[in-house]
Amino acid sequence: MSRKDTGDIVFRRLMMFFACMILVIVAGILFELTRSSLPSIRKFGFSFLFTSTWDPVFEKFGALPFIYGTLLSSFVALLLAIPIGLGTAIYLAEYSPWWVRNTVSLLVDLLAAIPSVVYGLWGIFVLVPIMRNHVEPFLGKYFGFLPFFQGPQYGVGMISASLILAVMIVPFIISVSREVILAVPQVYKESAYAMGATRWEALISIILSYGRSGIIGGIILALGRAIGETMAVTMIIGNNVKISASLFSPGYTLASVIANEFTEATSDLYLSALVEIGLVLLFVSIFVNVIARILIWSVQQKQLSGMKAKLQAI
Amino acid sequence: MVSPTKAIVWNESQTSGYLAQLFQRTRQKRHWVDKIIVYLLTACSVLVLLPLLSILTHLVSQGISAINVDFFTKLPKPVGEHGGGMANAIVGTLILLGIAMGVGVPIGLGAGIYLSEYANHRFAMVIRFVNDVMNGIPSIVYGIFTYVVFVLPFKSFSAISGGAALGIMMIPIVTRTTEEFIRLVPNTLREAGLALGVPRWRVITDIVLQTAKGGIITGIMVALARVAGETAPLLFTAFGNRFWHSSLMEPIAALSLQIFSYAISPFDDWHRQAWAGALVLIAIVFIVNILAQYFVRRQARLLSPKK
Amino acid sequence: MMTENIMDKKTENLTREEKRQPPTETTQMMPSTDADPVKIPKIEVSGLNFYYGKHHALQNISMNIEAKKVTALIGPSGCGKSTFLRIFNRMNDLIPLTRIEGSILIDGKDIYDKETDVVALRRKVGMVFQKSTPFPKSIYDNVAYGLRIVGAKDRNMIDHVVEKSLRRAALWDEVKDSLNKSALAISGGQQQRLCIARALAVGPEVILMDEPCSALDPTATARIEELILELKNDYTIIIVTHNMQQAARVSDNTGFLFLGKLIELGHTDKMFTKPDNPMTESYITGRFG
Repeated sequence: MSRKDTGDIVFRRLMMFFACMILVIVAGILFELTRSSLPSIRKFGFSFLFTSTWDPVFEKFGALPFIYGTLLSSFVALLLAIPIGLGTAIYLAEYSPWWVRNTVSLLVDLLAAIPSVVYGLWGIFVLVPIMRNHVEPFLGKYFGFLPFFQGPQYGVGMISASLILAVMIVPFIISVSREVILAVPQVYKESAYAMGATRWEALISIILSYGRSGIIGGIILALGRAIGETMAVTMIIGNNVKISASLFSPGYTLASVIANEFTEATSDLYLSALVEIGLVLLFVSIFVNVIARILIWSVQQKQLSGMKAKLQAI
Repeated sequence: MVSPTKAIVWNESQTSGYLAQLFQRTRQKRHWVDKIIVYLLTACSVLVLLPLLSILTHLVSQGISAINVDFFTKLPKPVGEHGGGMANAIVGTLILLGIAMGVGVPIGLGAGIYLSEYANHRFAMVIRFVNDVMNGIPSIVYGIFTYVVFVLPFKSFSAISGGAALGIMMIPIVTRTTEEFIRLVPNTLREAGLALGVPRWRVITDIVLQTAKGGIITGIMVALARVAGETAPLLFTAFGNRFWHSSLMEPIAALSLQIFSYAISPFDDWHRQAWAGALVLIAIVFIVNILAQYFVRRQARLLSPKK
Repeated sequence: MMTENIMDKKTENLTREEKRQPPTETTQMMPSTDADPVKIPKIEVSGLNFYYGKHHALQNISMNIEAKKVTALIGPSGCGKSTFLRIFNRMNDLIPLTRIEGSILIDGKDIYDKETDVVALRRKVGMVFQKSTPFPKSIYDNVAYGLRIVGAKDRNMIDHVVEKSLRRAALWDEVKDSLNKSALAISGGQQQRLCIARALAVGPEVILMDEPCSALDPTATARIEELILELKNDYTIIIVTHNMQQAARVSDNTGFLFLGKLIELGHTDKMFTKPDNPMTESYITGRFG
């Protein structure tokens, strides 16, 4: 009897150990990153977040250009990805025949599975030439009065990076929104129809009312992805420490500066500053993720239970 | 009919008449909005698929030309020289994935078993939540963490650190899918085992895990496919190597790293090889994903209640 | 004794059917008095056959619905009552692979005609569902929904219609001070009355009710039944119910449907005391269903 009990106890403890490892690892990440950033934190304090100098020679480091770059590229990416992603999701959930829905959903999943570096490769050799030769001249010519579309048109730069980010995050918006819309019970749509709403009117009112938190959760999740995205952005954004209103100008993001300069960091303070940028990135993405999960979990409370597994798969 | 102003006091016949008028006035517009929206929405879907189409066609057209036997068997040639291959990168990726499995599978599997079989509700919620958060941590942060923990102390980039970084990234996916598939195993199976006098832990390993095996394995496959394409965490852990590595404590080449450095290089030949490498990488990732989806559906069908 | 009279009664009914004229301009102008036995039917159904794919769900139904009366449809579950109800506002159009034959005239116009504006039809024929479906907005916004989609912007007018509709639905007194409260925060019975108010705000002439009380407790049910008796002064009401006592309480006419066929239609009093068809009698006395 006792031998069997020992087996059970040992096994259970072992499994619990592995489960706790998850907590340990996340705590470890927070701890180690903070510890390695300490030299930089001690030297620059909070002004690190507001200074725009990034000078490895004189060892003056400020994260503002990268925060700006990350936020701007993510924001523009969302601006492009949300309408198109939502539109596609609505089309798939409501208008398309079942075989179109399944095929396109599969293709969207494939889009999500493409590694970042492959997007970057495509970006350099396909997207950037198109931007440099066609899109940017067009925008500069007709919208050049706006500060966003002024300045030299290199092809590499903020707008190309935002565009590629948009392509990379749109699959998440589509998957979540499609599930949310499909999960709304048919009878809600019918009651809108019964009052003489057209198809679109009925759709938009139920989506905006019943689907709101789920869809917003999906969007915030997509934002989290955009913020942390490294390779494709690094390959296209031009890697220039510069804050500019123009979307044509090259820029830099938090993730890109780490990717580019980490192995080149010549001094301890330099490395520490880079790790501190990683810490900022970590906090921002954890924060965004938590908000998204809370929104999506609150949707689960409303008994739209079919969505649960699918949402967690993202 | 008088147009509405604030001064009018509305009564029965006025409102119904006015509403009927409004209805007529807006009918055409609502009709056309409804019709145009369908085209707009379809256009969105087409727009989304265009990049996919473009990427796939370029992968094939640009990459095929560089795919030959050399590609899979030779090392990269020195800078500027034509030819060579990515043999070390392909092997390197496989080795890294092997090490990653050694880290990610035990922890993911164990955590998944714990969450589905043992944990009390509160603790389970905490672990699941942290697990989900882990999924959202940027890959480069995992690179920094692994650098600090595995590279700095040993003062060298290594395959082990690269594999460890990838392994940690696998944990959230493996945990989640393991838990899901273990939950699908009907309780009656567990009870049957326990009733035979089998200790609980053997019931789990011999019965439950065997039943959920298909789904768990596909979960691991999906996690592998995901980390196989990762570059950022390897930038300062595995670091890359133009030659064969001689030990696991040395830098090692990886397909994703190689694609990256070739893509940003100025040489056309290297660009073509980058496309070829990307083609190979994508082929692996896609095939694994599609296989995994197929197996998941089969598993779910096997475990669903039979009539 | 019943069997002797059945044949007589059947021929009586036949001749009365034949007497009914299709509505012409003049007959529509003629006011109907209580003494006049020839009532103008609001809805005329002839030879209705309805298919879900291969399944012949409704078989050769012909019946008339009187204006400003309550017609109840009873019958065992799954025999096509809800499907039949949804014919009148073309809600079955939303389901793929359905086919319909026959004519359904409302005020003399065939609603399945190619020229029919379905959106306009649904404003004329409103519907209340089995499960109350308030939108997750305020009570005010729920009732105002039907107005806003046609572009109504005048706040005073909307206020007026909202109040009028809530009064008609016997809900005004309970919510007048909390119109901005979420519609999900009120009780199930109140939500159902809200759905009725929402349907009324659009200005229908016919109201279809699909088992409106089945999810409600007896008190809430009683309030809605009261409401129906008030509403019939202004609206033609068709109510599907599996509760025979309810049908007996609120309706003027009752139709018995079984396995997709209309077995019998007649005045409620008669249907529940001396129905013509023996199947009706069996159902009503509880011998099946």
